[in-house]
Amino acid sequence: MSRKNSAALNEHWYTPITESVKMYVPGNATYKTMRARSARTGTLFILPLIIGLLIFMARPLVESLYMSFSTIEIEPGVGYKATWVGLDNYKYAFTVDPEYNQNLIDEIGRMAVNTIATLVMSFVIAVILNQDFKGRTLCRAIFFLPVILSSGVLPGIESQNEFFNMMASLSDSMSESSGVNLSLALQELLQVSGVASGVFDVIFTMIDAIYDIVMASGIQIIVFLTGMQSIPGSLYEAADVEGCTAWESFWKITFPMVSPLLLVNCIYTIIDFFMKNDNVVMERINLVMYSQFRLGVSAAMSWIYFGVAILFIAICSFIISKGVHYYED
Amino acid sequence: MKINAAPMQKANFQSANKRSGGYLLRAKLRKGTVSLLRGLLMFGLCFMIIQPLLMRLGTSLMEEKDLYDTTIVLLPRNPTLDNFRHVFNLTEFPTSMINTLWTSLLVSVCQVVSCTLVAYGFARYEFPLKKFWFACVIAIIVIPPQTISTALYTFFANFDFLGIVKALNGGKTINVRGSVWPYTIMSLTCMGLKNGLYIFMLRQYFRGVPKSLEEAAYIDGCNTFHTFVKIMLPDAVPIILSCFLFAFVWQWTDLFYSRNFLSSMPIFSVKMSTMVSSMAYYFSTEAGGKPIVIASARSQQLVSIAVLICSTPLIILYCFTQRTFVKSLAMTGTKM
Repeated sequence: MSRKNSAALNEHWYTPITESVKMYVPGNATYKTMRARSARTGTLFILPLIIGLLIFMARPLVESLYMSFSTIEIEPGVGYKATWVGLDNYKYAFTVDPEYNQNLIDEIGRMAVNTIATLVMSFVIAVILNQDFKGRTLCRAIFFLPVILSSGVLPGIESQNEFFNMMASLSDSMSESSGVNLSLALQELLQVSGVASGVFDVIFTMIDAIYDIVMASGIQIIVFLTGMQSIPGSLYEAADVEGCTAWESFWKITFPMVSPLLLVNCIYTIIDFFMKNDNVVMERINLVMYSQFRLGVSAAMSWIYFGVAILFIAICSFIISKGVHYYED
Repeated sequence: MKINAAPMQKANFQSANKRSGGYLLRAKLRKGTVSLLRGLLMFGLCFMIIQPLLMRLGTSLMEEKDLYDTTIVLLPRNPTLDNFRHVFNLTEFPTSMINTLWTSLLVSVCQVVSCTLVAYGFARYEFPLKKFWFACVIAIIVIPPQTISTALYTFFANFDFLGIVKALNGGKTINVRGSVWPYTIMSLTCMGLKNGLYIFMLRQYFRGVPKSLEEAAYIDGCNTFHTFVKIMLPDAVPIILSCFLFAFVWQWTDLFYSRNFLSSMPIFSVKMSTMVSSMAYYFSTEAGGKPIVIASARSQQLVSIAVLICSTPLIILYCFTQRTFVKSLAMTGTKM
């Protein structure tokens, strides 16, 4: 098309259309390409995040990494003075500090058990809540309640609550005398019959920790439930027509369709567990920081802890993504 | 006719059962057993979640001597409201609650506004380094705030931005830790409590909205900002509301950020955590200056009352909004 013609076209009714088509042409000087516009607008939209990351995240992160390799002396008015000491803080955390090692190992063990237990528990509850029965909405609301009740400062205070522990031990002793402590009795029975092993011990700690597990699985239940409700009913109908029992269609339809959510929930559970204020490693770090004022050591401890968390998440994602199928609609 | 309906059905069931060779009866029994077991399990688990609340409510009304009486478990023998008065005094109740309320509101509104913008940017636009920035979002979900708390502490205690503050203040840095500003600015730049999670949730939602809506708006001559405000936001109100509720609730009970940044004003969660240590002084001044030993059961009773007071507004809020909470999670879609 010659220049003369296109100039003449400017006056026509379809001018807006040609104009907008021109925008798609790359390298057009007058009209920015869609890609360039998108790059500019997109960057503008996420600008708050970029600023925040640079000022409040990247800088403190680098600083804290540096702190973990140095000793810190607080000097009023100036800030702090850091002296490079290499890996000393890490050595201190692992070899000198009396409790950190043990705390870390305990925490990892507890996390492994709790993550599995939370996933299983929330899956089972989601399966039940997915069925049709009276009071289902109420149950769902109650199961989600811990997300609110066990946030922030609340659970930390509760776990230190000696009064409730006292009440718990009281009720324990009461039930022991009347012989209805089922988990203990079962445990003894299994030990006597020689079946007991490490596996059973783990299972019994899970049973004893059921309160913590239910309190920690609010969001996971909802995520699983959402996944189950998004499965098209026609799949079940087809399976039913082909003669599948409910049990079979659970394992052949529900479980595989929901399994991608296992990864989401697993990561969420691990992070949630790691971030809890009442876990022993966090307490140790806070103690070292606020009471002993060893800022360098506490920085090193949190970096070790962070490293462990990342490693754990990476391992879990790797294992789960191997066994999970993604369905595209 | 109506009177005969029930025996007729019964007879029908019996004959139908006979014809099916007992299958109908067995199916009915199985169904009944399943729903009974399910009911028991659900009731047990729900009771377990509710029970600490009921327990707290019961003990909150007890006098001190009721605590040591082993025959009293749940209901008080000598009901009293005195405990609440003590807790109100210990936590500077009206002031600290009002402070908590407005800081939580301010902070969560800031967080939700900035997170919505960022999430929309991630969901709809292609820009350089997008993958990298999104990895950063995931990283801020995972990085424990403790890792950077020391550095942030010193940063705000000796605040200086590009040397501007130093120049204006005669070569000295200023301490901005006491005010609400550092945390507000952090919230505005998506660095508050669990903000990575909100960005993630909102992005999931925006990705699920059909693109044709914006294309239609674009064809009709709507600019980007207008499209966002007039087309996308009205539909996203439920999910934004639920992010706001999350932010509000989590900020309400947060101790970490409040202790680090808002230490100068009474915040309920901070007061609650320091309650036990200030108890001895309070009760001895109450008793006219003589030193008093507080039993741990007594101090724990008061702490649990504080927990009750702290969580009551949240529970009331939850009663009205639980549908939004639960439904909006469903809207975020289920794919990673």
